[in-house]
Amino acid sequence: MSSWGKISLTIRLNGEPYEIAGPVTISALLAQLNIDPRIVAVEHNINVIKRQQYDETVVNDGDEVEIVRFVGGG
Amino acid sequence: MHSDPLVIAGRTFNSRLVVGTGKYPSHTVMADAHRASGTEMVTVAVRRVNLTDRSKESLIDYIDREKIFILPNTAGCYTAEDAIRTARLGREVGLSHWVKLEVIGDEKTLFPDNVALLEATRVLVGEGFVVLPYTNDDPVICRKLEEAGAAAVMPLGAPIGSGLGIQNPNNIRIIKEQSRVPVIVDAGVGTASDAAIAMELGADGVLMNTAIALANDPVAMATAMKLAIEGGRLAYRAGRIPKREFASASSPGEGRIAPVAAAAGGRAGA
Repeated sequence: MSSWGKISLTIRLNGEPYEIAGPVTISALLAQLNIDPRIVAVEHNINVIKRQQYDETVVNDGDEVEIVRFVGGG
Repeated sequence: MHSDPLVIAGRTFNSRLVVGTGKYPSHTVMADAHRASGTEMVTVAVRRVNLTDRSKESLIDYIDREKIFILPNTAGCYTAEDAIRTARLGREVGLSHWVKLEVIGDEKTLFPDNVALLEATRVLVGEGFVVLPYTNDDPVICRKLEEAGAAAVMPLGAPIGSGLGIQNPNNIRIIKEQSRVPVIVDAGVGTASDAAIAMELGADGVLMNTAIALANDPVAMATAMKLAIEGGRLAYRAGRIPKREFASASSPGEGRIAPVAAAAGGRAGA
């Protein structure tokens, strides 16, 4: 149970449950996680979100978010 | 600038060696190897950000983007859908619409699932991607991929990371003969001669990762590969001699001094 007056929402972030205080934009979520938006890509409920839409896309309770970046590979 | 460049989807590369970024002992060694190889295109994978370990070092910091073009891959995808999603994500990270498309069909051999690969190629070509599919050394699937709009075809030489070299040279030759898009041998190269052989068969380029990254001296091997690919390409363009069953002397028959007679009474000299 969350503390009085606050709603705690749970999303699935990179495959793991993650709590957010309320609906949050992708921009805000990345800032919260201290992630540079320029070196990642974000999927929200299986849709790839364009960088220019990070400010407008809202993540809500039960949503699935994947945040990826480039790593070494062949 | 270069008299024999590699051109893929209208983009010119002065190097015919494409290199991976995986499995190096360190990012620094990787950067040194890339420099030694002369490569102008490297592959990267697309993976989740590690949310608990936020070390600042980023792979991209070690890739010289002035000289090197980044090609995202869809490694680790076993379905067309996952490969398509990964390609779209790769496009967002890298801001290019190029993709090395892999749809894996078998965990042990990492051979491609060509049915799913073809489907994913069609979808991504339809979305404006420049698709470079990793596939088998099968001329039929290569033709289908080309017809589906692939910008190049990338038949494997041998399983990824196996170092077995070009297992089916005749097929690579056939694929090159029939293709109107560049043919890049991707996977299985182990040492310099393997890369040279691929180029001598007519391949337009070679893609490798393990052969360099896991060599005892990756930087030296990168140089070796650069030279092998240049040598193989020059040999291909020079037009080799045919193979013969028997000997064909290199020195003339006429003008030889008289051989010493073998019969009794012949003088052998003073």
